[in-house]
Amino acid sequence: MAWTWLGAVVLAAVFAPLLPLWDPAVPDYTAVFSGITPQHWLGGDTLGRDTFSRVVYGARASLLVGICAVGLGALVGGFLGMLAGYFGGRTERVLALVTDVVLAFPGLVFIIAIVAILGSSLSNLILGLAILSVPTFIRLARAATLVVAQREFVLAARAYGCSPIRIITREIAPNVVLPVAAYGFIMIGVFIVVEGSLSFLGLGIPPPTPSWGGMIAGGRAELLNYPHISLFPAAVMFLTVLSINYIGERTRKQFEVKESNL
Amino acid sequence: MADTLSAPPTTTAAGPATRRGGSRRFAVRRVRKRLTHLLLVLLAVTFLSFVVVDLLPGDAAVVVAGDNATPEQVQQVREELQLDRPVLVRYVDWLGGVVTGDLGRSFRTGQPVVEALAQRIPVTFEITIIAQLLALLVAVPLAVYSAYRPGGLVDRTSMTIGFGAAAMPTFVFGMVLIVLFAGGVSSILPATGYTSFFEDPVENIRSIILPCLTLMIAEAAVYRQLLRSDMVSTLQEDFILMARSKGLGPARILFRHALRPSSFSLITLSGVNIGRLLGGTVIVETLFAIPGLGQLIVQAVFNRDYMILQGALLFVAVAYVVINMLIDLLYLALDPRVRRDA
Repeated sequence: MAWTWLGAVVLAAVFAPLLPLWDPAVPDYTAVFSGITPQHWLGGDTLGRDTFSRVVYGARASLLVGICAVGLGALVGGFLGMLAGYFGGRTERVLALVTDVVLAFPGLVFIIAIVAILGSSLSNLILGLAILSVPTFIRLARAATLVVAQREFVLAARAYGCSPIRIITREIAPNVVLPVAAYGFIMIGVFIVVEGSLSFLGLGIPPPTPSWGGMIAGGRAELLNYPHISLFPAAVMFLTVLSINYIGERTRKQFEVKESNL
Repeated sequence: MADTLSAPPTTTAAGPATRRGGSRRFAVRRVRKRLTHLLLVLLAVTFLSFVVVDLLPGDAAVVVAGDNATPEQVQQVREELQLDRPVLVRYVDWLGGVVTGDLGRSFRTGQPVVEALAQRIPVTFEITIIAQLLALLVAVPLAVYSAYRPGGLVDRTSMTIGFGAAAMPTFVFGMVLIVLFAGGVSSILPATGYTSFFEDPVENIRSIILPCLTLMIAEAAVYRQLLRSDMVSTLQEDFILMARSKGLGPARILFRHALRPSSFSLITLSGVNIGRLLGGTVIVETLFAIPGLGQLIVQAVFNRDYMILQGALLFVAVAYVVINMLIDLLYLALDPRVRRDA
């Protein structure tokens, strides 16, 4: 179920321009506040734009932000975390300081500042979210590295005279990738929610590009009269994040069992 | 003084007494090490916010002087606010003020920053703490019972609900609550606004019910999951078997013996969340129109009210640092094993 839903969302997002949909930006004035009709499967929004089409196009923005931000954060954080775990000492202390500084700085203010300084765009949003996720990935990768670095094959590689960079990339990284990836997958869901929250505050992806958070926020004024305008995008977002969490949890559990059998 | 108190002159008590003295010294050393680290964090965060604020586009002097100001007036405002001086100078100046308890005045209203913070912090603090307590109140009993009967009805039901709750964005849940309780289906609670406790206690409780529920639901789900899995592994330890063989009842074993060693991750996360929420309840504050710290920060960014922003960020960073240290000390109090390994 979870895989089916997620697969459908991803496919729809990727092939959105090829699908026979209404233009997500062009209003149909007969469909303002409309409920479910044969023309508009999920009704129209406050301007009469087709909700179904906007949900599909919104998936592109949400997934893009989630996947890119997590990918970037995991790459940078994972590498720094391995450095901290492998070298320890001063490297570790400096990185611990950086981690704490980022964590003690309110995330939202940071995002607002990024958007205000660099301009409001998809890539800047991704950059901001990626930076915010780096500390967590550093901690995760560091913890995993501490365990792996004790193993015999790392000692063997050191005795063999391999350079630290080679040991980290060839010996340690393959063992750290799994826990980082499992966590990263769940983070995609978290970032979809965060992007939604930012769009809700008017700080996310700039309109007219449709995004789920923006659509939910757009229906807020008419929440009591026409709840479906906010409800449909909210439901799609909920189901997507639920699927991601479910799959992530399953993967993590399988992974855990393997660890304990070793 | 601590050492003389904990080392009475009797020889029989010398063993445990010296050990306790050692652990106290260990605690002091630990605190000192943490303090230097945290002081560095505070300095870095405040300096970073100065630089970030300085990089924000738009001239604060222009914003403060207003739309119809002449260039001379803008220049005058700039000099009054001392914006013509370099960042580093202003930072050191500001730090000097902080040490003496002076956080400056708002660029816009002229209100002292300390006063503005004193108005906003209690509001956010009230919501955050009550939401945390509610989350723990729901999560702990559910987690304990779920660990006692894993796979049972309570475990499965609460896990399913929790899974859904964790996937629900805060603002969506808040909107659902508004539709249900404040206008849509029934209107028994106010949808927006905040009344101070000292003005009208009943209205205060009514105005914070929905925001607190909105904040607590996802937290409760995560807490339950965390405590349950820690508790399941604690229940497999030998001292639990020992307690059972002594004939202790399940309630006593669960709450007196198993809960304390299982609560570490829960305490850590709860502390992190309080720190995070103090600066991050913006969404709930916006949705329910509550004049809290989060709204103050966001408005300060938009208004380029740097002094307010600096003060608020300082408070958030200090809160994060202090809470982290309290958690660290709480470990020492909760688990003798942490005290022993030096």
